Parts: sequence; structure tokens; C-alpha cells
Amino acid sequence: MTKHPFPQVPGFSAEEVVSKIGFCEQLKGGVIMDVIDADQARIAEEAGACAVMALERVPADIRKFGGVARASDPEMIAAIQKAVSIPVMAKVRIGHFVEAQLLEAMEVDCIDESEVLTPADEQFHVDKRVFKTPFVCGCRDLGEALRRIHEGAAMIRTKGEAGTGNVVEAVRHMRALMSQIKELRAMDEKQLEKKASELRVPVELVQWVAEAQKLPVPNFSAGGVATPADAALMMQLGAEAVFVGSGIFKSGDPQKRAKAIVRAVTHFRDAKVLVEVSKGLGEPMVGINISELPEDQLLAKRGI
Amino acid sequence: MGDVRTEDGAPLVGVLALQGDFDDHEQALAAFGVRTRQVRTADGLRGLDGLVLPGGESTTMLKLLDVEGLWGPLGEALASGLPVFATCAGMILLAERVENPQQRSYGLLPITVVRNGYGRQFHSGTFALQLESNELPEGTTGTFIRAPRITAVGDCEVLARRDGDPVLVRKGPLLAACFHPELERGHAVVAMFVTAVRRAREAAGAIAAAVPAPRTAGAEAPGVAAPSKGVAQCASLRPAR
Repeated sequence: MTKHPFPQVPGFSAEEVVSKIGFCEQLKGGVIMDVIDADQARIAEEAGACAVMALERVPADIRKFGGVARASDPEMIAAIQKAVSIPVMAKVRIGHFVEAQLLEAMEVDCIDESEVLTPADEQFHVDKRVFKTPFVCGCRDLGEALRRIHEGAAMIRTKGEAGTGNVVEAVRHMRALMSQIKELRAMDEKQLEKKASELRVPVELVQWVAEAQKLPVPNFSAGGVATPADAALMMQLGAEAVFVGSGIFKSGDPQKRAKAIVRAVTHFRDAKVLVEVSKGLGEPMVGINISELPEDQLLAKRGI
Repeated sequence: MGDVRTEDGAPLVGVLALQGDFDDHEQALAAFGVRTRQVRTADGLRGLDGLVLPGGESTTMLKLLDVEGLWGPLGEALASGLPVFATCAGMILLAERVENPQQRSYGLLPITVVRNGYGRQFHSGTFALQLESNELPEGTTGTFIRAPRITAVGDCEVLARRDGDPVLVRKGPLLAACFHPELERGHAVVAMFVTAVRRAREAAGAIAAAVPAPRTAGAEAPGVAAPSKGVAQCASLRPAR
């Protein structure tokens, strides 16, 4: 008999499991698109996005403009909430719990505590348990994923390297996560205990993952997805849904590309559909070779 | 597909897998010993004993139904008499009328639904239900997630309410919930659908085998179409409360 997805999850109440994690379950098989205004939000919804991420600048522009990147203007978020019927998410700086309080007061559907913005706290992430709103957090490996879940994240996404249009880091992070989950399977009780202390999380959480062979929350992908094939790649590697940031609205034909990526995520194993949707999409966003980025511009190293 | 149903004797339910919590539905059904198939194309609709329209985003599903040329074939399957279980976004697809905003739907279930009628995610949660059917055990609750709200019901049974609003309705083989029974282990509403699938399959098997009186099979089946206590029956849409 298949294991049910919702036995108890260590650290979550039964109600939180269904309402917070359950919300994130609804986004599976979908595409969450970064949008900077109501017009883009409408285009995303029309293309079939299952949610939008409201922010003032897409990651590619955050890189370009530099300076401190903060949570978005509430007025702009409210305009997007008004424009669409799908869920609206927004980002807060790592550790900036007051920005999170603002977003909860605005009834944003999900909060992304994101390394794409400039971190506000170098020691602590937001205590996500005290919020009613579900949080999504980035990770590069199992340790980061479990620490964020222990803090109350109801959804995990790979960090990738946002705003580069280069999927290599998202692939690295997803592969690391999946293989580290597999490694747990062979471990005995003592080894799991050691692993838990190494990862700095309760042993119950590690045991849960070892047994279920998956994270207790949905596992999405983000950071560098620019084409339908990129999106399908992340799905085939184990992602359950995909975030696309700069990849859509920094491309030549956002509408067409958005629709293509939505379809690619649904049919991620059907190469014929992938061929069809990849035809004539126009210019993709210009990518950045991550090895050419100076160390201090790597976003994935924030909040570990 | 061939006669895939007889492989191990377990019924086979198709789960629309364009977007949403389709794998939660699959696992919820597997817990009752039902086999499932993810449906993404018209071919996937063949040889099924039941069909699930999962939760997710109804706008996303509508777009994908069109692109895949699945709108027509799925509509035929839904109207074919097959047991159907729809939750949240799935219920929106079945409704006669959809508001906030208005959008296209199959119109097979005589209800009016308002999308996100209970508010944004902040207002999501698990709520007590007032049961109007003896098929559900006392204390059955429902988890509502940005849930649609039924504001009018026509000729169909209301099996449960939340603060007076109908939240679980049935018309013949169509069972639809505003909430998400698939997210909870062994939920009674999933059990209700599984019962309907098994009975419909037995009835179909009886007909196929040309048993003299096939119609007796499942005629009094509680999971199929037996009227419940407190059934709301009326000819046309009326306010839900």
C-alpha cells in the first residue's frame, strides 16, 4: 500500500499539515511566475500560471541595479492581488520577520523568504511557525531544506542562481537534495542520529525523510529556468513544480514563452510535446555564466 | 489500453493530472486499494471505472484542457455516468455557473460557485461540517484552501454544510466537495467515492455478464444515488441558505 502523504510531520500540527502544506500541494504540476505589475500578472494568469510572485524587480534587474533589495511596495502587491484570481506570493528578506508581518497583514497567499533579496539577518531566519501564512524557502541541499522545514517552511525550492537564465545551479541543488535523501535509506538509527546533529535538525525529521524517501513538504525548483526544456529538466530530476523568475518577462515573447513553459511542466516526460512548445519562442533571456560571477554576487550562498 | 481493469481486480480511477494535487488523490485512493492513472490526454480516459478532478488552479486547468484538445473528450467522460469525484478546482469545472470571475465550466452540477469565496489563503483551515447524510461519520471535518463557495444549489443532494453553506454535493454519479478530503488519511468522503466506484463497476460487470436481473446490483447502494436524509431537491437554482 502506498504511503499516505500526510502522516504527522515533526513540528507541524495536524491542522497546519493540511492547511499550510495542503495549500502548497495545490500548486504542484504548475508554474509560478515572477511579475512586477498588474499587466504582467494578467499575462501570467492568462498563460496558465498557477500562482504569481509579486516583486518590484525580477532577479536579473536586482543584479543589474545592485544596492539593497527589499520587500516590495504594498501598493504594488495590492494591485496585483486585485488583478488576478490565482494565488499571489511575495518575497521578504531572509530573517526580516516584520516584512513578513506586513505581507501576512495583506493576506498574501504565500511568503518567500528569499536569498534573492538582501539578507536582513545573518544568524536567524524568520520563525515561520508563528505565521498563519505558508512560507517557501530556498535550499542547496538536504541540510538547508530540513533546517527551513524545522523553522516552519511549508514548501522548499532549490535556490539555483536566480537572474542568470542558467539552470546549472538549480540542477546541482536538486541532484544534491535527491541523492542525500536516497543516502538516508541505508542508514541505521545511530547513523541517522549523527546525520541529524550534522544537519542541525531534530532526528525525527531525518527519520521521517529516511522512511518516506521524500521531503515532508512539496519540493519545487527555482533559479535559472529560462526554457520549456529547462523546466521539464527540473521536473524529471524530481521537482514537483517550477518557479520562473526573469526567464519569462526578460525574453522576447513573454506570452508565448509563459504558455510554453506551463505546458512543458504538465507534459514534462513527453518529448513530442516539448518539441512542439519549444518551436519559435523568440529570444530567450540573455544568460550569465555563473563561473564569471564574482563570489559576492552569488545569491545562493545567502541564508544557509 | 486493453482490458487493464482485470489485471488484479482492483478498480482503475483516472485522475486528471494537468496541474494540482493529483498525486494526493492518487495516494488517498491507493490507501483504499484503488489503482489510479494520471490523465493528461484523451487516450488516458479509456477503460476507467471512475474519474477524479483534483484541486489546483481552475484557470490553469481550463487553459491546458483547451491546448491539449481535452475539453471535449473529458466532458464526454464526465457525462457518461462514470463515478466522478471533484474537489475544489475540480468542483469549479463541474459547476453550472462560476463567479468571481465568471468562467467557463461543464455545467453538469446544478450549483453556482464563487471562486475563492471564503477568502485568500489566510482564511484557509479545517472546519467542522454539519452532516446531512448518514453515510458520513459524526465529527467529519473539511479542510478548505482558498475554497470555492456554493451560493446556489439546484436539483442535487447536499450531503454536508459549513455554517449553512452547502460544501459537499452529489448528483447521481457526480460527487463534489469545496474542501480537500484527499489531504487527510482515510477521509470518509474518499471512502464514499470508492464505494460508488466499486458498486458501479459491479453493476457494469453484472450487465456485461448478462446476468438476468442486472439492475438490482447497486440499486440500493448508499454510495451511488440513494437519497440521503435532508436531501435538498428542487427544480431550479435557489439561494443556498
